[in-house]
Amino acid sequence: MIDIERIRADFPILQKKIHGKPLVYLDNAATTQKPSMVLDKIQDFYAESYSNIHRGVHYLSEEASAAYEGARETVRNFIHAGSAREIVFTRGTTEAINLVADSFGRAFVDEGDEILLSEMEHHSNIVPWQMLCERQGARLKVVPIDDEGALVTDELKTIISERTKLISMTYVSNVLGTVNDVEQIIELAHSQDVPVLIDGAQAVQHFPVDVQDLDCDFFVFSGHKMYAETGIGVLYGKEKWLEDMPPYQGGGGMIRRVGFDRTTYAGLPYKFEAGTGNIGAALSLSAAMEYLNEIGLENVSAYEQGLINDAALRIEDLHGVTVYGKNAGRCSVISFNLDSVHSYDVGAVLDKLGIAVRTGKLCAEPVMEHFGVTGMVRASFALYNTQEETDRLVQGILRVQSMMMGR
Amino acid sequence: MEIRDRKIDDIQEKIIDEMSALDDWMDKYEYLIQLGADLDPMDKKYKTEQNALKGCQSDVWIAAELEHNRILFSADSDSLITRGILALLLRVLNHQPPKDIVRSDLYFIHRVGLSTNLSPSRANGLASMAKQMKFIAAKFDAD
Repeated sequence: MIDIERIRADFPILQKKIHGKPLVYLDNAATTQKPSMVLDKIQDFYAESYSNIHRGVHYLSEEASAAYEGARETVRNFIHAGSAREIVFTRGTTEAINLVADSFGRAFVDEGDEILLSEMEHHSNIVPWQMLCERQGARLKVVPIDDEGALVTDELKTIISERTKLISMTYVSNVLGTVNDVEQIIELAHSQDVPVLIDGAQAVQHFPVDVQDLDCDFFVFSGHKMYAETGIGVLYGKEKWLEDMPPYQGGGGMIRRVGFDRTTYAGLPYKFEAGTGNIGAALSLSAAMEYLNEIGLENVSAYEQGLINDAALRIEDLHGVTVYGKNAGRCSVISFNLDSVHSYDVGAVLDKLGIAVRTGKLCAEPVMEHFGVTGMVRASFALYNTQEETDRLVQGILRVQSMMMGR
Repeated sequence: MEIRDRKIDDIQEKIIDEMSALDDWMDKYEYLIQLGADLDPMDKKYKTEQNALKGCQSDVWIAAELEHNRILFSADSDSLITRGILALLLRVLNHQPPKDIVRSDLYFIHRVGLSTNLSPSRANGLASMAKQMKFIAAKFDAD
């Protein structure tokens, strides 16, 4: 069970008024707000034990290094990875995908090879692969979605071929909220010896993830969408892949020995962590995970599912509203349009009512194209949202409709 | 005829006056939406790639012609609120000599609160629309 009053009290920003009205923050798929526990962790680190890591022999450096590696261990445990060697800190999901596209691409993708994506990917899981394809002369293949917003898994079976080098797919759609049956996809891919990268940016904050259970080869996500700071993310990769992949960037911290004749690289995961990482943000990620562990992700999941199911029913019920991705299962996110009203206008008016939603193409232009729209309005829920906030959203939508009526 | 002789600043003052009567943001938006609805739709032939100010949030088109050393703007957007803002800009800058437009200080944007309250999201922000109109005026002025 969730004690919603207590949780809301953990997030100072939720007390804020926007344009004189209590904030209703429903842009959580873009980024979540931060609990005091995370904010305190950041403050404490810089006030009490800040130093660079893995560099000095002095007390503070050792303390910071231990905290950083402790954070890595918290991440490992959070996604149930087998070893901390498989946890690489990145700037976020985007950098994690770029890392794999670059490094895996150089090691394993040749001319004529294929990378498989889905039609519902975020731009950050499209563009890095396009860049890889351009470099290596490889091709992108796209698994379509149906009009309910579900992946057409049968198509995957026909598109996958002996030239397929990797499947990169999102766990949860950032536009439709669709939860993909990634276990089935991974099983199918592995039956043909194709590795799979799962974009977990919209998943890890909503329900428990076990990368060993899933058996995915790579799993990526961001800290800032799960109550931690910006500038930190995670690449989980199976050791067997990471060992065979070349470094992504060169610099300090990722080497074993440097000479002008030859440089040898550090072991995992440091080989992929050039330069000083975002130490404070890594600690904030660890604090956010501890916060979620304390509440229990099963509880978070049950509470949020109740919220989004209720919101979806009520918004679908409204006259003159089109909801996208109706029956494909829904996690946290609902995207919609009001008949003959531009999404920007909806977002602009809702903002003045204190309600924060996202509007536009949602970094997923292929999804917009699929549904034949230039943009959508997206409300995305987190563990601190309430049904009263859904009331406010519904009232807001009605207000927009009355303002725009007949125009 | 009268409108052509009115200086840019006089029109700005009038808009500031009108909008200061609107207390809350919902009233301001109602007003902008009405202006947007009343703005003459742009002829399709002007909605070209060249006239487009492509933004992430809404599309904006601005076209202009020079007639007797006065600029005739036409503008459109797929967002009604953006159309309302364009209508305000047109009211201030339409039928003015290019030189006056280039030199103008569009202070009404700040005074009616539009600069802080309408996000300058990507290319379709109010600032970039005003900039585009001044850019067009500068080109006419140089020709």
